[in-house]
Amino acid sequence: MMRLLPWLYLAAMFTFIYLPVGVLVLFSFQDGGLPVPPVEGLSLRWYADILTDRRLVDALTNSLIVAISSGAVAVVLGFCAAYALARHVLPGAALLRGLLIAPLTVSYLIVGLGLLMVMNRLGIGLSLWTAGIGHVVINLPICFAIIYASMGAQHKNAERAARDLGANEAQVVLLVTVPMLAPAILAAFFLSVTLSWDEFIIAFLLTRFDVTLPVEIWNLLRSGLSPRLNAVGSIVFLVSVTTVLVLELLVFRRRRS
Amino acid sequence: MNARRETLRGWGFAAPALIWTALLFVVPFAVMGAMSLAVLDGRTLIWGLHFDNYAALTEKAYLLRAIFVSLEITVTVTVVSILLAYPLAWVIAFHVPPRWQRLVLLLTILPFWTSYVVRSYAWLLVLAREGVVNTALTGLGLTAEPVTLASTRFATVTGFVHFFVMLLTLTIYANLIQLSPNYRRAAMDLGASAFQTFRHVILPLTLPGIMTGAFLTFVLCIGDYITPQILGGNNELTVPQVIMVQLGRRADFPLASALAIVLMAIVTLAYLGFARWLRLDRV
Repeated sequence: MMRLLPWLYLAAMFTFIYLPVGVLVLFSFQDGGLPVPPVEGLSLRWYADILTDRRLVDALTNSLIVAISSGAVAVVLGFCAAYALARHVLPGAALLRGLLIAPLTVSYLIVGLGLLMVMNRLGIGLSLWTAGIGHVVINLPICFAIIYASMGAQHKNAERAARDLGANEAQVVLLVTVPMLAPAILAAFFLSVTLSWDEFIIAFLLTRFDVTLPVEIWNLLRSGLSPRLNAVGSIVFLVSVTTVLVLELLVFRRRRS
Repeated sequence: MNARRETLRGWGFAAPALIWTALLFVVPFAVMGAMSLAVLDGRTLIWGLHFDNYAALTEKAYLLRAIFVSLEITVTVTVVSILLAYPLAWVIAFHVPPRWQRLVLLLTILPFWTSYVVRSYAWLLVLAREGVVNTALTGLGLTAEPVTLASTRFATVTGFVHFFVMLLTLTIYANLIQLSPNYRRAAMDLGASAFQTFRHVILPLTLPGIMTGAFLTFVLCIGDYITPQILGGNNELTVPQVIMVQLGRRADFPLASALAIVLMAIVTLAYLGFARWLRLDRV
Protein backbone atom coordinates (compact mmCIF):
# COMPACT_ATOMS: atom_id res chain seq x y z
CA MET A 1 0.00 0.00 0.00
CA MET A 2 2.74 2.45 0.99
CA ARG A 3 4.57 1.66 -2.24
CA LEU A 4 1.49 2.52 -4.24
CA LEU A 5 0.76 5.76 -2.44
CA PRO A 6 3.00 8.02 -4.58
CA TRP A 7 1.48 6.67 -7.77
CA LEU A 8 -2.05 7.04 -6.45
CA TYR A 9 -1.28 10.65 -5.59
CA LEU A 10 0.19 11.25 -9.04
CA ALA A 11 -2.92 9.74 -10.63
CA ALA A 12 -5.24 11.80 -8.41
CA MET A 13 -3.43 15.05 -9.24
CA PHE A 14 -3.40 14.28 -12.95
CA THR A 15 -7.15 13.71 -12.75
CA PHE A 16 -7.54 17.09 -11.06
CA ILE A 17 -5.28 18.84 -13.58
CA TYR A 18 -6.87 17.28 -16.66
CA LEU A 19 -10.49 17.20 -15.47
CA PRO A 20 -11.52 20.64 -16.78
CA VAL A 21 -9.59 20.27 -20.03
CA GLY A 22 -11.02 16.78 -20.55
CA VAL A 23 -14.58 17.93 -19.93
CA LEU A 24 -14.08 20.94 -22.20
CA VAL A 25 -12.84 18.86 -25.13
CA LEU A 26 -15.19 15.89 -24.60
CA PHE A 27 -18.35 18.00 -24.62
CA SER A 28 -17.18 19.99 -27.63
CA PHE A 29 -18.13 16.80 -29.53
CA GLN A 30 -21.52 16.69 -27.82
CA ASP A 31 -24.33 16.02 -30.26
CA GLY A 32 -26.95 17.56 -27.95
CA GLY A 33 -27.44 21.23 -27.13
CA LEU A 34 -25.88 21.30 -23.66
CA PRO A 35 -22.26 20.61 -22.73
CA VAL A 36 -23.19 18.52 -19.67
CA PRO A 37 -23.69 14.78 -19.10
CA PRO A 38 -24.95 12.57 -20.56
CA VAL A 39 -22.98 12.54 -23.81
CA GLU A 40 -25.66 12.22 -26.46
CA GLY A 41 -23.44 10.95 -29.23
CA LEU A 42 -20.39 12.43 -30.86
CA SER A 43 -20.44 14.91 -33.70
CA LEU A 44 -18.41 17.72 -35.20
CA ARG A 45 -21.44 19.94 -35.70
CA TRP A 46 -20.26 22.62 -33.22
CA TYR A 47 -16.92 22.93 -34.95
CA ALA A 48 -18.73 23.33 -38.28
CA ASP A 49 -20.99 25.82 -36.54
CA ILE A 50 -18.18 28.11 -35.37
CA LEU A 51 -16.41 27.97 -38.73
CA THR A 52 -19.49 29.54 -40.33
CA ASP A 53 -19.78 32.17 -37.59
CA ARG A 54 -18.28 35.38 -38.95
CA ARG A 55 -17.69 36.97 -35.55
CA LEU A 56 -15.81 33.98 -34.15
CA VAL A 57 -13.68 33.48 -37.25
CA ASP A 58 -12.88 37.20 -37.24
CA ALA A 59 -11.96 37.09 -33.54
CA LEU A 60 -9.73 34.08 -34.18
CA THR A 61 -7.95 35.86 -37.05
CA ASN A 62 -7.61 39.02 -34.94
CA SER A 63 -6.06 37.02 -32.11
CA LEU A 64 -3.53 35.42 -34.44
CA ILE A 65 -2.59 38.77 -35.98
CA VAL A 66 -2.22 40.47 -32.59
CA ALA A 67 -0.27 37.55 -31.09
CA ILE A 68 2.20 37.18 -33.95
CA SER A 69 2.78 40.87 -34.61
CA SER A 70 3.03 41.88 -30.94
CA GLY A 71 5.34 38.91 -30.35
CA ALA A 72 7.55 40.00 -33.26
CA VAL A 73 7.77 43.62 -32.05
CA ALA A 74 8.47 42.53 -28.46
CA VAL A 75 11.22 40.15 -29.55
CA VAL A 76 12.95 42.73 -31.80
CA LEU A 77 12.83 45.45 -29.13
CA GLY A 78 13.89 42.98 -26.45
CA PHE A 79 16.78 41.69 -28.55
CA CYS A 80 18.13 45.17 -29.33
CA ALA A 81 17.94 46.20 -25.68
CA ALA A 82 19.63 42.98 -24.55
CA TYR A 83 22.37 43.46 -27.15
CA ALA A 84 22.91 47.04 -26.02
CA LEU A 85 23.10 46.19 -22.33
CA ALA A 86 25.16 43.01 -22.67
CA ARG A 87 27.68 44.30 -25.21
CA HIS A 88 28.07 48.00 -24.48
CA VAL A 89 29.05 49.85 -21.35
CA LEU A 90 26.17 52.21 -20.64
CA PRO A 91 25.99 54.55 -17.66
CA GLY A 92 23.26 53.48 -15.22
CA ALA A 93 22.96 50.02 -16.78
CA ALA A 94 21.46 48.49 -13.64
CA LEU A 95 18.76 51.14 -13.58
CA LEU A 96 18.00 50.60 -17.28
CA ARG A 97 17.66 46.84 -16.73
CA GLY A 98 15.32 47.57 -13.83
CA LEU A 99 13.21 49.87 -15.98
CA LEU A 100 12.91 47.28 -18.76
CA ILE A 101 11.91 44.51 -16.31
CA ALA A 102 9.50 46.70 -14.31
CA PRO A 103 6.26 45.89 -16.22
CA LEU A 104 6.65 42.25 -15.12
CA THR A 105 6.02 43.21 -11.51
CA VAL A 106 2.68 44.88 -12.21
CA SER A 107 -0.56 43.01 -12.80
CA TYR A 108 -2.05 43.00 -16.32
CA LEU A 109 -5.14 44.82 -15.07
CA ILE A 110 -3.02 47.79 -13.96
CA VAL A 111 -1.02 47.89 -17.22
CA GLY A 112 -4.31 47.86 -19.15
CA LEU A 113 -5.94 50.47 -16.93
CA GLY A 114 -3.00 52.87 -17.26
CA LEU A 115 -2.89 52.52 -21.04
CA LEU A 116 -6.66 52.94 -21.29
CA MET A 117 -6.49 56.28 -19.48
CA VAL A 118 -3.62 57.51 -21.67
CA MET A 119 -5.45 56.50 -24.85
CA ASN A 120 -8.59 58.23 -23.61
CA ARG A 121 -6.76 61.45 -22.83
CA LEU A 122 -4.95 61.48 -26.16
CA GLY A 123 -8.20 60.73 -27.94
CA ILE A 124 -6.78 57.58 -29.55
CA GLY A 125 -9.58 55.20 -30.47
CA LEU A 126 -9.45 51.66 -29.14
CA SER A 127 -8.66 48.97 -31.69
CA LEU A 128 -6.56 45.86 -32.24
CA TRP A 129 -3.59 48.24 -32.44
CA THR A 130 -4.03 49.43 -28.87
CA ALA A 131 -4.46 45.83 -27.64
CA GLY A 132 -1.28 44.88 -29.55
CA ILE A 133 0.60 47.78 -27.93
CA GLY A 134 -0.53 46.55 -24.52
CA HIS A 135 0.69 43.05 -25.31
CA VAL A 136 4.11 44.36 -26.37
CA VAL A 137 4.35 46.22 -23.04
CA ILE A 138 3.85 43.00 -21.06
CA ASN A 139 5.97 40.75 -23.33
CA LEU A 140 8.94 43.06 -23.90
CA PRO A 141 10.36 42.45 -20.37
CA ILE A 142 10.09 38.68 -20.85
CA CYS A 143 11.84 38.80 -24.24
CA PHE A 144 14.53 41.08 -22.86
CA ALA A 145 15.15 38.87 -19.82
CA ILE A 146 15.33 35.60 -21.79
CA ILE A 147 17.65 36.96 -24.49
CA TYR A 148 19.81 38.96 -22.06
CA ALA A 149 20.33 35.86 -19.88
CA SER A 150 21.58 33.86 -22.86
CA MET A 151 24.11 36.46 -24.07
CA GLY A 152 27.16 34.84 -22.53
CA ALA A 153 30.77 35.94 -22.92
CA GLN A 154 31.55 33.02 -25.26
CA HIS A 155 29.46 34.70 -27.97
CA LYS A 156 31.37 37.92 -27.54
CA ASN A 157 34.54 36.39 -28.97
CA ALA A 158 32.79 35.25 -32.13
CA GLU A 159 31.46 38.79 -32.59
CA ARG A 160 34.95 40.24 -32.08
CA ALA A 161 36.37 37.79 -34.61
CA ALA A 162 33.75 38.80 -37.17
CA ARG A 163 34.53 42.46 -36.56
CA ASP A 164 38.28 41.81 -37.01
CA LEU A 165 37.51 40.11 -40.31
CA GLY A 166 35.88 43.32 -41.49
CA ALA A 167 32.17 42.82 -40.77
CA ASN A 168 30.27 46.01 -40.01
CA GLU A 169 27.92 46.32 -37.02
CA ALA A 170 24.79 45.27 -38.92
CA GLN A 171 26.57 42.22 -40.34
CA VAL A 172 27.86 41.24 -36.90
CA VAL A 173 24.37 41.42 -35.39
CA LEU A 174 22.48 39.75 -38.21
CA LEU A 175 25.02 37.13 -39.30
CA VAL A 176 26.71 36.25 -36.01
CA THR A 177 24.74 37.28 -32.91
CA VAL A 178 21.22 36.44 -34.09
CA PRO A 179 22.04 32.92 -35.38
CA MET A 180 24.01 32.11 -32.22
CA LEU A 181 21.11 33.20 -30.02
CA ALA A 182 18.41 31.64 -32.20
CA PRO A 183 17.14 29.25 -29.48
CA ALA A 184 16.64 32.07 -26.96
CA ILE A 185 15.10 34.38 -29.57
CA LEU A 186 12.65 31.68 -30.70
CA ALA A 187 11.81 30.80 -27.10
CA ALA A 188 11.07 34.46 -26.35
CA PHE A 189 8.95 34.77 -29.49
CA PHE A 190 6.84 31.65 -28.91
CA LEU A 191 6.34 32.52 -25.25
CA SER A 192 5.14 36.02 -26.22
CA VAL A 193 2.80 34.60 -28.84
CA THR A 194 1.23 32.18 -26.33
CA LEU A 195 0.85 34.83 -23.65
CA SER A 196 -0.74 37.29 -26.08
CA TRP A 197 -3.01 34.61 -27.56
CA ASP A 198 -4.35 33.70 -24.10
CA GLU A 199 -4.47 37.21 -22.65
CA PHE A 200 -7.87 38.59 -21.70
CA ILE A 201 -7.96 41.69 -19.51
CA ILE A 202 -5.70 44.01 -21.54
CA ALA A 203 -7.43 42.96 -24.76
CA PHE A 204 -10.80 43.52 -23.07
CA LEU A 205 -9.92 47.02 -21.86
CA LEU A 206 -8.14 48.16 -25.01
CA THR A 207 -10.37 46.91 -27.83
CA ARG A 208 -13.81 48.04 -28.87
CA PHE A 209 -15.42 46.69 -32.06
CA ASP A 210 -12.82 44.25 -33.35
CA VAL A 211 -11.96 41.96 -30.47
CA THR A 212 -9.63 39.03 -29.83
CA LEU A 213 -10.83 35.48 -29.22
CA PRO A 214 -10.70 35.44 -25.39
CA VAL A 215 -12.82 38.63 -25.35
CA GLU A 216 -15.32 37.15 -27.81
CA ILE A 217 -15.53 33.99 -25.66
CA TRP A 218 -16.23 36.20 -22.67
CA ASN A 219 -19.03 37.91 -24.60
CA LEU A 220 -20.55 34.55 -25.53
CA LEU A 221 -20.27 33.32 -21.96
CA ARG A 222 -22.96 35.74 -20.87
CA SER A 223 -25.55 33.62 -22.66
CA GLY A 224 -24.53 30.56 -20.65
CA LEU A 225 -22.97 27.16 -21.27
CA SER A 226 -22.97 25.89 -24.83
CA PRO A 227 -21.10 23.19 -26.78
CA ARG A 228 -20.09 25.95 -29.20
CA LEU A 229 -18.06 27.58 -26.44
CA ASN A 230 -16.48 24.18 -25.77
CA ALA A 231 -15.47 23.94 -29.40
CA VAL A 232 -13.92 27.45 -29.42
CA GLY A 233 -12.26 26.81 -26.07
CA SER A 234 -10.80 23.55 -27.36
CA ILE A 235 -9.34 25.38 -30.36
CA VAL A 236 -7.79 28.05 -28.11
CA PHE A 237 -6.31 25.32 -25.91
CA LEU A 238 -5.02 23.38 -28.92
CA VAL A 239 -3.24 26.43 -30.37
CA SER A 240 -1.60 27.28 -27.01
CA VAL A 241 -0.48 23.71 -26.45
CA THR A 242 0.87 23.40 -29.99
CA THR A 243 2.93 26.57 -29.52
CA VAL A 244 4.32 25.30 -26.22
CA LEU A 245 5.15 21.89 -27.70
CA VAL A 246 6.87 23.50 -30.69
CA LEU A 247 8.86 25.58 -28.22
CA GLU A 248 9.81 22.47 -26.23
CA LEU A 249 10.79 20.40 -29.27
CA LEU A 250 12.47 23.12 -31.30
CA VAL A 251 14.28 25.05 -28.64
CA PHE A 252 15.00 22.89 -25.64
CA ARG A 253 15.70 19.63 -27.47
CA ARG A 254 18.24 21.36 -29.65
CA ARG A 255 19.93 23.00 -26.73
CA ARG A 256 20.39 19.64 -25.02
CA SER A 257 21.92 17.80 -27.99
CA MET B 1 37.00 52.54 -32.51
CA ASN B 2 36.69 55.14 -29.79
CA ALA B 3 34.71 54.55 -26.65
CA ARG B 4 32.33 57.45 -27.17
CA ARG B 5 31.08 56.14 -30.47
CA GLU B 6 30.76 52.70 -28.95
CA THR B 7 28.58 54.03 -26.11
CA LEU B 8 26.49 56.04 -28.56
CA ARG B 9 25.85 52.91 -30.59
CA GLY B 10 24.81 51.13 -27.39
CA TRP B 11 22.25 53.85 -26.71
CA GLY B 12 21.02 53.46 -30.25
CA PHE B 13 20.25 49.79 -29.70
CA ALA B 14 18.71 50.34 -26.26
CA ALA B 15 16.66 53.40 -27.24
CA PRO B 16 13.59 51.78 -28.87
CA ALA B 17 12.86 49.48 -25.92
CA LEU B 18 13.60 52.21 -23.37
CA ILE B 19 11.37 54.75 -25.13
CA TRP B 20 8.63 52.13 -25.51
CA THR B 21 8.73 51.27 -21.80
CA ALA B 22 8.93 54.90 -20.73
CA LEU B 23 6.05 56.10 -22.93
CA LEU B 24 3.74 53.11 -22.63
CA PHE B 25 4.44 51.87 -19.14
CA VAL B 26 5.96 54.63 -16.98
CA VAL B 27 3.79 57.47 -18.33
CA PRO B 28 0.50 55.50 -17.99
CA PHE B 29 1.55 54.55 -14.51
CA ALA B 30 2.19 58.18 -13.60
CA VAL B 31 -1.17 59.15 -15.13
CA MET B 32 -2.82 56.49 -12.98
CA GLY B 33 -1.09 57.88 -9.90
CA ALA B 34 -2.27 61.40 -10.70
CA MET B 35 -5.75 60.09 -11.52
CA SER B 36 -6.00 58.43 -8.10
CA LEU B 37 -5.64 61.91 -6.59
CA ALA B 38 -8.31 63.46 -8.79
CA VAL B 39 -12.02 63.46 -8.03
CA LEU B 40 -15.11 63.05 -10.12
CA ASP B 41 -17.72 65.79 -9.79
CA GLY B 42 -20.70 64.49 -11.65
CA ARG B 43 -19.08 63.67 -14.96
CA THR B 44 -16.28 66.23 -14.84
CA LEU B 45 -12.84 65.30 -13.70
CA ILE B 46 -11.12 67.61 -11.22
CA TRP B 47 -7.37 67.14 -11.02
CA GLY B 48 -5.42 68.05 -7.93
CA LEU B 49 -4.22 66.62 -4.67
CA HIS B 50 -7.45 65.17 -3.33
CA PHE B 51 -7.31 62.16 -1.06
CA ASP B 52 -11.05 61.49 -1.29
CA ASN B 53 -10.55 58.20 -3.13
CA TYR B 54 -8.21 56.85 -0.48
CA ALA B 55 -10.46 58.13 2.28
CA ALA B 56 -13.35 56.29 0.60
CA LEU B 57 -11.50 53.03 1.21
CA THR B 58 -12.03 53.41 4.92
CA GLU B 59 -15.46 54.98 4.68
CA LYS B 60 -17.21 52.72 2.22
CA ALA B 61 -17.68 49.24 3.64
CA TYR B 62 -17.84 47.47 0.27
CA LEU B 63 -14.36 48.68 -0.69
CA LEU B 64 -12.78 47.49 2.53
CA ARG B 65 -14.73 44.25 2.20
CA ALA B 66 -13.29 43.71 -1.30
CA ILE B 67 -9.74 44.04 0.03
CA PHE B 68 -10.45 41.45 2.72
CA VAL B 69 -12.15 39.09 0.25
CA SER B 70 -9.17 39.38 -2.10
CA LEU B 71 -6.70 38.71 0.69
CA GLU B 72 -8.69 35.77 2.07
CA ILE B 73 -9.01 34.13 -1.33
CA THR B 74 -5.36 34.75 -2.21
CA VAL B 75 -4.01 33.38 1.08
CA THR B 76 -6.28 30.31 0.91
CA VAL B 77 -5.26 29.63 -2.68
CA THR B 78 -1.55 30.03 -1.92
CA VAL B 79 -1.63 27.69 1.09
CA VAL B 80 -3.78 24.99 -0.55
CA SER B 81 -1.69 25.12 -3.73
CA ILE B 82 1.55 24.61 -1.78
CA LEU B 83 0.07 21.69 0.16
CA LEU B 84 -1.05 19.98 -3.05
CA ALA B 85 1.98 20.84 -5.18
CA TYR B 86 4.73 19.82 -2.76
CA PRO B 87 3.88 16.09 -2.69
CA LEU B 88 3.35 16.15 -6.45
CA ALA B 89 6.78 17.70 -7.07
CA TRP B 90 8.20 15.17 -4.60
CA VAL B 91 6.70 12.17 -6.43
CA ILE B 92 7.98 13.47 -9.77
CA ALA B 93 11.47 14.18 -8.41
CA PHE B 94 11.98 11.01 -6.34
CA HIS B 95 9.63 8.31 -7.61
CA VAL B 96 9.34 8.86 -11.35
CA PRO B 97 12.42 7.39 -13.15
CA PRO B 98 14.77 10.22 -14.23
CA ARG B 99 14.33 9.61 -17.95
CA TRP B 100 10.57 10.10 -17.68
CA GLN B 101 10.68 13.11 -15.38
CA ARG B 102 10.86 15.74 -18.09
CA LEU B 103 7.86 14.27 -19.88
CA VAL B 104 5.80 13.91 -16.69
CA LEU B 105 6.64 17.50 -15.74
CA LEU B 106 5.71 18.75 -19.20
CA LEU B 107 2.36 16.94 -18.95
CA THR B 108 1.79 18.31 -15.46
CA ILE B 109 2.03 21.90 -16.59
CA LEU B 110 0.54 21.59 -20.08
CA PRO B 111 -2.96 22.89 -19.12
CA PHE B 112 -1.17 25.87 -17.54
CA TRP B 113 -0.99 27.27 -21.07
CA THR B 114 -4.69 27.89 -21.38
CA SER B 115 -6.37 31.24 -21.38
CA TYR B 116 -7.80 32.25 -18.00
CA VAL B 117 -11.16 32.63 -19.72
CA VAL B 118 -11.17 29.15 -21.22
CA ARG B 119 -9.90 27.51 -18.03
CA SER B 120 -12.51 29.25 -15.89
CA TYR B 121 -15.24 28.29 -18.35
CA ALA B 122 -14.05 24.67 -18.22
CA TRP B 123 -14.34 24.69 -14.42
CA LEU B 124 -17.80 26.16 -14.73
CA LEU B 125 -18.75 23.11 -16.81
CA VAL B 126 -17.28 20.76 -14.21
CA LEU B 127 -18.97 22.46 -11.26
CA ALA B 128 -22.30 23.43 -12.86
CA ARG B 129 -25.59 22.20 -11.40
CA GLU B 130 -25.93 19.64 -14.17
CA GLY B 131 -22.15 19.26 -14.48
CA VAL B 132 -19.84 16.28 -14.19
CA VAL B 133 -19.25 16.50 -10.44
CA ASN B 134 -22.92 16.77 -9.55
CA THR B 135 -23.85 14.00 -12.00
CA ALA B 136 -21.24 11.77 -10.35
CA LEU B 137 -22.37 12.67 -6.82
CA THR B 138 -26.07 12.02 -7.44
CA GLY B 139 -25.27 8.99 -9.61
CA LEU B 140 -23.30 7.41 -6.79
CA GLY B 141 -26.11 8.27 -4.41
CA LEU B 142 -23.88 10.48 -2.28
CA THR B 143 -26.28 13.39 -2.46
CA ALA B 144 -29.97 13.38 -3.29
CA GLU B 145 -29.97 16.87 -4.78
CA PRO B 146 -27.26 18.57 -6.87
CA VAL B 147 -24.93 20.66 -4.71
CA THR B 148 -24.40 24.34 -5.51
CA LEU B 149 -20.73 24.51 -6.49
CA ALA B 150 -20.61 27.18 -9.18
CA SER B 151 -20.92 30.86 -8.24
CA THR B 152 -19.32 30.27 -4.86
CA ARG B 153 -15.98 31.09 -3.32
CA PHE B 154 -15.24 27.37 -3.45
CA ALA B 155 -15.41 27.53 -7.26
CA THR B 156 -13.09 30.55 -7.42
CA VAL B 157 -10.57 28.88 -5.12
CA THR B 158 -10.74 25.60 -7.09
CA GLY B 159 -10.14 27.40 -10.38
CA PHE B 160 -7.16 29.28 -8.95
CA VAL B 161 -5.68 26.26 -7.15
CA HIS B 162 -5.81 24.26 -10.38
CA PHE B 163 -3.72 26.92 -12.10
CA PHE B 164 -1.22 27.54 -9.32
CA VAL B 165 -0.63 23.89 -8.41
CA MET B 166 0.98 23.60 -11.85
CA LEU B 167 3.14 26.68 -11.29
CA LEU B 168 4.23 25.64 -7.79
CA THR B 169 4.98 22.08 -8.85
CA LEU B 170 7.42 23.53 -11.35
CA THR B 171 9.25 25.81 -8.88
CA ILE B 172 9.35 23.20 -6.10
CA TYR B 173 10.48 20.45 -8.48
CA ALA B 174 13.30 22.70 -9.77
CA ASN B 175 14.41 23.12 -6.17
CA LEU B 176 14.06 19.46 -5.10
CA ILE B 177 16.04 18.16 -8.06
CA GLN B 178 19.03 20.34 -7.13
CA LEU B 179 19.34 18.78 -3.66
CA SER B 180 22.19 16.38 -3.29
CA PRO B 181 21.00 12.98 -1.96
CA ASN B 182 23.92 13.23 0.47
CA TYR B 183 21.98 15.61 2.73
CA ARG B 184 19.30 13.02 3.22
CA ARG B 185 21.84 10.23 3.76
CA ALA B 186 23.81 12.31 6.26
CA ALA B 187 20.67 13.11 8.28
CA MET B 188 19.63 9.44 8.26
CA ASP B 189 23.14 8.35 9.29
CA LEU B 190 23.02 10.73 12.20
CA GLY B 191 19.88 8.99 13.39
CA ALA B 192 17.12 11.28 12.13
CA SER B 193 13.79 9.66 11.37
CA ALA B 194 12.26 10.12 7.92
CA PHE B 195 10.03 12.87 9.29
CA GLN B 196 12.87 14.64 11.10
CA THR B 197 14.97 14.52 7.94
CA PHE B 198 12.17 16.14 6.02
CA ARG B 199 11.30 18.70 8.68
CA HIS B 200 14.84 19.82 9.53
CA VAL B 201 16.81 19.19 6.35
CA ILE B 202 14.75 18.92 3.16
CA LEU B 203 12.03 21.45 3.94
CA PRO B 204 14.40 24.32 4.85
CA LEU B 205 16.45 23.62 1.74
CA THR B 206 13.39 23.76 -0.51
CA LEU B 207 12.03 26.93 1.06
CA PRO B 208 13.33 29.11 -1.82
CA GLY B 209 11.37 27.03 -4.36
CA ILE B 210 8.22 27.15 -2.24
CA MET B 211 8.49 30.87 -1.59
CA THR B 212 9.25 31.81 -5.20
CA GLY B 213 6.17 29.89 -6.34
CA ALA B 214 4.12 31.26 -3.46
CA PHE B 215 5.05 34.84 -4.31
CA LEU B 216 4.16 34.39 -7.99
CA THR B 217 0.88 32.77 -6.90
CA PHE B 218 0.11 35.65 -4.57
CA VAL B 219 0.80 38.31 -7.19
CA LEU B 220 -1.05 36.64 -10.06
CA CYS B 221 -3.97 35.57 -7.89
CA ILE B 222 -4.70 38.90 -6.23
CA GLY B 223 -4.57 40.75 -9.57
CA ASP B 224 -6.84 38.42 -11.54
CA TYR B 225 -10.28 39.56 -12.59
CA ILE B 226 -11.63 36.80 -14.77
CA THR B 227 -11.49 33.75 -12.46
CA PRO B 228 -13.57 35.25 -9.62
CA GLN B 229 -15.84 36.95 -12.17
CA ILE B 230 -16.69 33.70 -14.01
CA LEU B 231 -16.57 31.23 -11.13
CA GLY B 232 -17.40 33.29 -8.05
CA GLY B 233 -20.61 34.87 -9.25
CA ASN B 234 -21.49 38.23 -7.81
CA ASN B 235 -22.04 37.25 -4.18
CA GLU B 236 -18.76 38.80 -3.12
CA LEU B 237 -16.38 40.97 -5.12
CA THR B 238 -12.60 41.00 -5.18
CA VAL B 239 -10.56 44.18 -5.71
CA PRO B 240 -10.07 43.64 -9.48
CA GLN B 241 -13.83 43.07 -9.84
CA VAL B 242 -14.58 46.31 -7.97
CA ILE B 243 -12.09 48.14 -10.23
CA MET B 244 -13.91 46.84 -13.30
CA VAL B 245 -17.28 47.87 -11.84
CA GLN B 246 -15.96 51.43 -11.37
CA LEU B 247 -14.84 51.52 -15.00
CA GLY B 248 -17.97 50.00 -16.47
CA ARG B 249 -20.93 51.40 -14.67
CA ARG B 250 -19.75 54.81 -13.56
CA ALA B 251 -16.55 55.50 -15.51
CA ASP B 252 -15.06 56.45 -12.15
CA PHE B 253 -11.44 56.37 -13.21
CA PRO B 254 -10.14 58.15 -10.07
CA LEU B 255 -11.52 55.53 -7.68
CA ALA B 256 -10.44 52.70 -9.99
CA SER B 257 -6.92 54.16 -10.04
CA ALA B 258 -6.79 54.47 -6.27
CA LEU B 259 -7.85 50.82 -5.94
CA ALA B 260 -5.18 49.82 -8.45
CA ILE B 261 -2.56 51.68 -6.39
CA VAL B 262 -3.77 49.90 -3.26
CA LEU B 263 -3.45 46.58 -5.09
CA MET B 264 0.12 47.50 -6.01
CA ALA B 265 0.88 48.48 -2.42
CA ILE B 266 -0.34 45.06 -1.22
CA VAL B 267 1.87 43.31 -3.80
CA THR B 268 4.86 45.43 -2.75
CA LEU B 269 4.29 44.53 0.90
CA ALA B 270 4.06 40.88 -0.10
CA TYR B 271 7.32 41.22 -2.01
CA LEU B 272 9.05 42.66 1.06
CA GLY B 273 7.65 39.80 3.13
CA PHE B 274 8.83 37.15 0.66
CA ALA B 275 12.07 38.91 -0.34
CA ARG B 276 14.48 37.03 1.91
CA TRP B 277 13.59 33.71 0.26
CA LEU B 278 13.15 34.81 -3.32
CA ARG B 279 15.49 33.43 -5.97
CA LEU B 280 13.58 34.55 -9.02
CA ASP B 281 16.61 34.22 -11.28
CA ARG B 282 17.04 30.56 -10.38
CA VAL B 283 13.68 29.35 -11.60
